Amino acid sequence: MSGGVRAATGTAALTTELPVGRSTGWWGMVMFVVTEATLFACLLGSYFYLRFQFGAQWPPPGIAPPTLLKPLVMTAVLLPSSLPVIWAEHGIRRGQRWRLRTGLAATFLLGATFLALQANEYAEKLREFTLTTNAYGSLFYVITGFHGLHVLVGLTMIGWLLAASLRGGSFGAHRHDRVRNAAIYWHFVDLVWVAILFTIYLSPRL
Amino acid sequence: MSTTAAPVPGASREQLDRLEEHWGERPSLRAWLTTVDHKKIGRRYLVTAGLFFALAGLSALAMRTQLARPEAGLLSPQEYNQLFTMHGTAMIFLFATPMLFGFGNFLVPLLIGARDMAFPKLNALGYWIFLFAGLFMWASLPFGAAPNAGWFAYVPLTGQQQTPGLHMDVYSLGLLFLGIATAAGSINFIVTALKLRAPGMSLNRVPLFVWAIVATGFMVIFALPALNLDNAMLFLDRRFGTHFFDPEAGGNVLLWQHLFWIFGHPDVYIIVMPALGIVSAVLPAFTRRGVVGYVLVVFAIVAISIISFGVWVHHMFATGLPRLSYSFFSAASTIITIPSGIQIFAWLATMLLGRLVVRVPLLFVIGFIVTFVLGGFTGTMFALTVFDQQVTDSYFVVAHFHYVLVGGAVFPILAAVYYWLPKITGRMYHEGLGRWAFWLVFAGMHVTFFPMHLYGLFGMPRRVYTYPSEPGWDAWNLVSTVGSYLLAVGLLLVLAGVVHAIRRGRPAPPDPWGGDTLEWSTDSPPKPYNFAVLPQVHSLHPTWDESSRESMGAGAEADRVLADGRRTLLTSELDGRRERVVEMPASSWQPLLLALAMLLFFTAMLFAWYPVAAVAAVAVAGTVATWLWPPRRPERELGVSA
Repeated sequence: MSGGVRAATGTAALTTELPVGRSTGWWGMVMFVVTEATLFACLLGSYFYLRFQFGAQWPPPGIAPPTLLKPLVMTAVLLPSSLPVIWAEHGIRRGQRWRLRTGLAATFLLGATFLALQANEYAEKLREFTLTTNAYGSLFYVITGFHGLHVLVGLTMIGWLLAASLRGGSFGAHRHDRVRNAAIYWHFVDLVWVAILFTIYLSPRL
Repeated sequence: MSTTAAPVPGASREQLDRLEEHWGERPSLRAWLTTVDHKKIGRRYLVTAGLFFALAGLSALAMRTQLARPEAGLLSPQEYNQLFTMHGTAMIFLFATPMLFGFGNFLVPLLIGARDMAFPKLNALGYWIFLFAGLFMWASLPFGAAPNAGWFAYVPLTGQQQTPGLHMDVYSLGLLFLGIATAAGSINFIVTALKLRAPGMSLNRVPLFVWAIVATGFMVIFALPALNLDNAMLFLDRRFGTHFFDPEAGGNVLLWQHLFWIFGHPDVYIIVMPALGIVSAVLPAFTRRGVVGYVLVVFAIVAISIISFGVWVHHMFATGLPRLSYSFFSAASTIITIPSGIQIFAWLATMLLGRLVVRVPLLFVIGFIVTFVLGGFTGTMFALTVFDQQVTDSYFVVAHFHYVLVGGAVFPILAAVYYWLPKITGRMYHEGLGRWAFWLVFAGMHVTFFPMHLYGLFGMPRRVYTYPSEPGWDAWNLVSTVGSYLLAVGLLLVLAGVVHAIRRGRPAPPDPWGGDTLEWSTDSPPKPYNFAVLPQVHSLHPTWDESSRESMGAGAEADRVLADGRRTLLTSELDGRRERVVEMPASSWQPLLLALAMLLFFTAMLFAWYPVAAVAAVAVAGTVATWLWPPRRPERELGVSA
């Protein structure tokens, strides 16, 4: 085989044409999300441990059971926010940069709305109890605050992707690992909220 | 099964030059601070963990000197508490795991036939964080502000009221900081072993050491979050007045213990598992055959990593939990001895069926088996709740876990030091000096810790800075102290042996032992690119097998040289089928800068400089953002349609 033909048909050339198999970045992000999910599991486990060790009335006397309207609105904002990023990812896999940009912007807006609603929720709750009122207050603010921090990190990632995609020369049909990895993180932040909604807002009513 | 000399390079002179150009680094301060070479990072891990081992060992020596006779006044109670807390914390977190991660870093890419770890920059970051977190914790000692409530840090003793001052803040923040490095390192090992194995290395051809370090990685990513959460809550309770551990306001002190041991018991295996991997790696070279029952040993490794999450309550048998839970955890603690036993019998059978070559690494492996089995024996005694409740908080427990950890981790680590020293430094050690070191360490270890079983059963409590004169306590305590000095002399001889090898040792051939794994088929020390030709693996013992060896020599193919850049191969997770060529990152300042920004953050949190901490957090985010910023590529290469 002559040099040119060999270079074009060799294993290296064929396998670099399109991504084959999972990338190291994908595995890295999945493992990271696994360890983060374990952290949330420990946190929610601590909530139930303290709750069941505490006694019959939960939340403790002096704190009203949480109202549901606002957290349900927050859920309605955060859960669908995964859809635009999925749509964006599918778009960039076909090389459609406009879909990437539009999808990321939509997700960013939904995530930011969620954080604004959470700030509003805090403003209301802080009048009733704080981090230092009792163990319930500590759990409430640390669990929701830790999740809020994750949303903030996720939003930073989405914003960062959006900035990179607006610059041009960043993503295309052959190069979208970063979009995929950030999307995995965002879906995770999204799903964890469901567990938090159940633990903090729904479980005291059971 | 022959002792091969340097392999015939299957790459041309010109390709070797190009590899050198892409991977080599000219020595300079800049290169030293920015390198991402897994071999350099691995060596640094080993040296730094060795330094922390020495500091923690000297702390122990000071404690043993204090305990040599009753009512001694060498150390004040405050000094003793800080030394004994730093001894435990440093041995567990700053020596054992980082030392084994150091071997992992140096060896995993070599064992699987790759050119670096999956995430080389993350690897460099892990080292810098480990170094800074270690210094962060040790630096508190000269100021009398070191952690002082035991490495287990039980509340309520560690609360703000009972332990005022920075002591336990150093502990919680230090471990949170270090945890970033441990988690990053674990993820790196897992992904490296999944994706970067040489073509042909299907799962059933993966060396046992790699299996062990991957299992360890999985244990870390599931166990470490519990410790991190525990420390975060401790810090919040102490600094910001939350009530997680405060029973007066709805908290619970046992929450600390549950979370701590949900991490803590897997952590015993996190420490011991890679050490067991070392044993499985060392044995074939000195028994001239593969480890017996490869599949069973792999099964044991996986089984132990899973069951280790179901035994934590056996650390809490004296806390008054429901009886039913004791039965469950007692049963699980008994069951875990089965896979542990499988491994021990596999090694014994290997030695029985093989031809023993008695060199220093094998001596340490035999010392390991003897000591670890004794520690495991007392371990099964603790699985019986009633016995556990009798001896809890006595020196019997101290004897047990030193047999497990010195036997199960230090001996294999020393075996590894002698076994891989020729590969790491390119020099042979002095055999006579090594034998003296072994016998002194072995004798010193048993003279120190065996008597602890006795005075533990005689009722001497642990964690005390001194004791009254009691029959059976005084003399045996003196024996322990003499033993600890013997052990120290032995360890000093190990250090002397390493220094002697580096200074005066004769040059090591590529394969001084006739080993079976891939690291022995490349130079000692390996070139920056590890392998001139990436191997094609045909068996579990590639260096003993003709076709695997030839794949790097006469049978080399051009598409496994990859000399046109800093490149290595990705293969499929299960079968090791070739997937594609990837470009590896070159040296960078970002890991060091990111670790410094994190150090600033944790220091600012310690001293309550919150605005500085906020600035540091922004610096961390900024560094990560530039680190991951996508390079600009031409549209055609990206594949853009709109």
